[in-house]
Amino acid sequence: MPDFLEKRIISRLQGDLPLTLTPYADLALELGMGEAELMAKISELREKGLLRRIGAVLNHHNVGFSANAMGAWQVPPERAQEVGRQMAAFPAASHVYERPTYPDWRYNLFTMLHARNRAEVEKIAGEISRQTGINDYLLLYSTREFKKVSMNYF
Amino acid sequence: MEMQTSKDKELSPLDKKILNAVQKDFPLTSRPFQEIAIKVGSTETEVLSRIRQLRERGIIRRLGGVFDSQKLGFVSTLVALRVAPKQLDEVGAKISSLPGVTHNYQRDHTFNLWFTLVCPDRKELEANLAAVERYPGVEKLRNLPALQLFKIGVNFKME
Repeated sequence: MPDFLEKRIISRLQGDLPLTLTPYADLALELGMGEAELMAKISELREKGLLRRIGAVLNHHNVGFSANAMGAWQVPPERAQEVGRQMAAFPAASHVYERPTYPDWRYNLFTMLHARNRAEVEKIAGEISRQTGINDYLLLYSTREFKKVSMNYF
Repeated sequence: MEMQTSKDKELSPLDKKILNAVQKDFPLTSRPFQEIAIKVGSTETEVLSRIRQLRERGIIRRLGGVFDSQKLGFVSTLVALRVAPKQLDEVGAKISSLPGVTHNYQRDHTFNLWFTLVCPDRKELEANLAAVERYPGVEKLRNLPALQLFKIGVNFKME
């Protein structure tokens, strides 16, 4: 669990960095600490894995990746590990997870697939299917976005 | 969902280079925009001004930290719901109003509403799910917490 100072830094970094020539110096000033100290703390958060990265989160619709499907795959449990790794190697796939199944939901592997149009998504899914030998899968397209935000932890 | 492909045509070659450079790792240095400028062959002030514009246009949703919720001590899950079509608007809006819900989408399946939920502990997560299950119109709820993570990030390569 992050300590008090880390929480203050996280609370600020879960929003936007100041868009100035010296964003870390300006952020440090806001937090009442030195720039070097802040940068050391951020780098520590990164090393400990609490911070995955600092970077730009893009609106994929606005950069041309307007087709996004949630791929759900029915993979024999003993192959989940191997197939999960294979799926993760596809550049168009993000959020590759194994999840539990139910009698009315038998798909245990999930991928988000991002492409410029549905035909391209289907082509990528077909390629994944060929490479992994998993033929039972669904592509669930979102038909409406109710909410998409970054989490505010602290 | 397949309309906006023309939008990326409004991005200049420099914009695209900048977007490719800032997605993965934004430099942790005193003058990060200078470092990006060197990478993309531009100047520090030009890069900063482009990034400001891209942020204002909503092409960059956010330029900041991306955290590992589990390492921060939080618990999260993906939830599939089957909602009576007549009540979908209402249920969708109610779920969006929950503070730990980060993604909430209608999808074309009998499980027609999918959302992700992040909570400080398991107890709160379960209390939220129990409440959602009682919303009028919710016919089925399937809790799908991650058992294994193989990959999370994505880079949108712009050419």
